[in-house]
Amino acid sequence: MTKIDTSTPERVPPTPSHTVGPFYGYALPFRGGEDIAPAGHPDTVTVHGYVYDGEGNPLPDALVELWGPDTEGNVPTADGSMRRDPASGGFLGRNGVEFTGFGRIQTDANGHWYARTLRPGARGPSAPYVSVCLFARGLLVHLFTRIYLPGDAAALAADPLLARVPAARRDTLIAADEGQGTYRFDIRLQGEGETVFLEFQ
Amino acid sequence: MTLTQHDIDAEIAAEHAAYEKRVAEGAPVEHHPRRDYAPYRSSVLRHPKQPPIAIDVTKDPELVELSSPAFGERDITEIDNDLTRQHTGEPVGERITVSGRLLDREGRPVRGQLVEIWQANSAGRYAHQREQHDAPLDPNFTGVGRTLSDDDGFYRFTTVQPGPYPWRNHVNAWRPAHIHFSVFGSAFTQRLVTQMYFPNDPLFPYDPILQSVTDDAARQRLIATYDHSLSVPEFSLGYHWDIVLDGPNATWIEEGR
Ligand SMILES: [Fe+3]
Repeated sequence: MTKIDTSTPERVPPTPSHTVGPFYGYALPFRGGEDIAPAGHPDTVTVHGYVYDGEGNPLPDALVELWGPDTEGNVPTADGSMRRDPASGGFLGRNGVEFTGFGRIQTDANGHWYARTLRPGARGPSAPYVSVCLFARGLLVHLFTRIYLPGDAAALAADPLLARVPAARRDTLIAADEGQGTYRFDIRLQGEGETVFLEFQ
Repeated sequence: MTLTQHDIDAEIAAEHAAYEKRVAEGAPVEHHPRRDYAPYRSSVLRHPKQPPIAIDVTKDPELVELSSPAFGERDITEIDNDLTRQHTGEPVGERITVSGRLLDREGRPVRGQLVEIWQANSAGRYAHQREQHDAPLDPNFTGVGRTLSDDDGFYRFTTVQPGPYPWRNHVNAWRPAHIHFSVFGSAFTQRLVTQMYFPNDPLFPYDPILQSVTDDAARQRLIATYDHSLSVPEFSLGYHWDIVLDGPNATWIEEGR
């Protein structure tokens, strides 16, 4: 069943998901994964936080992927998030000019992650947000969530997703303003204050 | 209390029986593991207890998640898909060629997307600092590869057969040999991280990670097929493994099919 028959018009069954496991750290993270905004861009925001398990312990082995639009709400089309050096085989880092919109950050030994990206612009009826895909040892299927930035109460109130989230849980999707363009966004996998996760259909 | 393989076997069997019963009673087939799967102990505190909020992507074509990051020639080097050539010498082990197609649920090729792999060496040891399995590191093997899918969705890697390795889920827990895969689709909703296994591994029934996929047919889709036409004369044995990305996407362009 590993050669998929694509000759019939029927939908083909998907490949199951598996956990990222504990040993991806030398393979997936790349230099500059957290520095998504072009160098010195005035609309750069810093987003950071912890990832916690059901007992409130931070995860030192979670992998956070971010994907978001530019300040005008345009979806980036530039590649080059993980530019490579053909001489050494290592990473060159981003070029500091183009915005790829994609970041990948492993939590540190304290369970903390951070990223510097552009303040996202709005698209369609949604309030501006950065999309998050979370992986971890122990997580058999990755989790999607969103980081909404606070400030524009009207836009947040009109957001089609936020409108469907019970009021008591809505704040798990909205980062906390810490001033000077820095926002705190913790992810709680389980239990009190559990983050709202999304399923796309 | 020491957790034995016998304990885990009983839990795996109970989860499997519960799934079969659900399906027999009309519940849908589950292609993916449940995040709450106790035989894999690390999942216990790391799965949400609240149901996810469903988003119908057909209602809003502007969703950020309906697009995907771009990767290009700048993001890979020419030998990234040959894990046997990344050091000065030859790695130890049986050389293999792993190839297949990246497809969406409609069976259409997913083109130009990033495929990343990582794996243990032939002795079952990862080149990771925190990996303490007492098996030799191979100075000529790191076990990381990257490539872009081609116009027909094909990817191809040259590497060595990874070894099985022990882990601490329970006493005498061993992972069947596998290669970790991370792939992107044309939409962020199609993101997939998974593992590819090799045919006829005697460790399959004992492994709670593979068995977390409780649907028998779905589990088979994680196992590559030996493909003699992929074997390279005097060099490597070939395995074919197609990857089908789940999740909705918005690219209904009828090109190339
Ligand atoms: Fe592994």
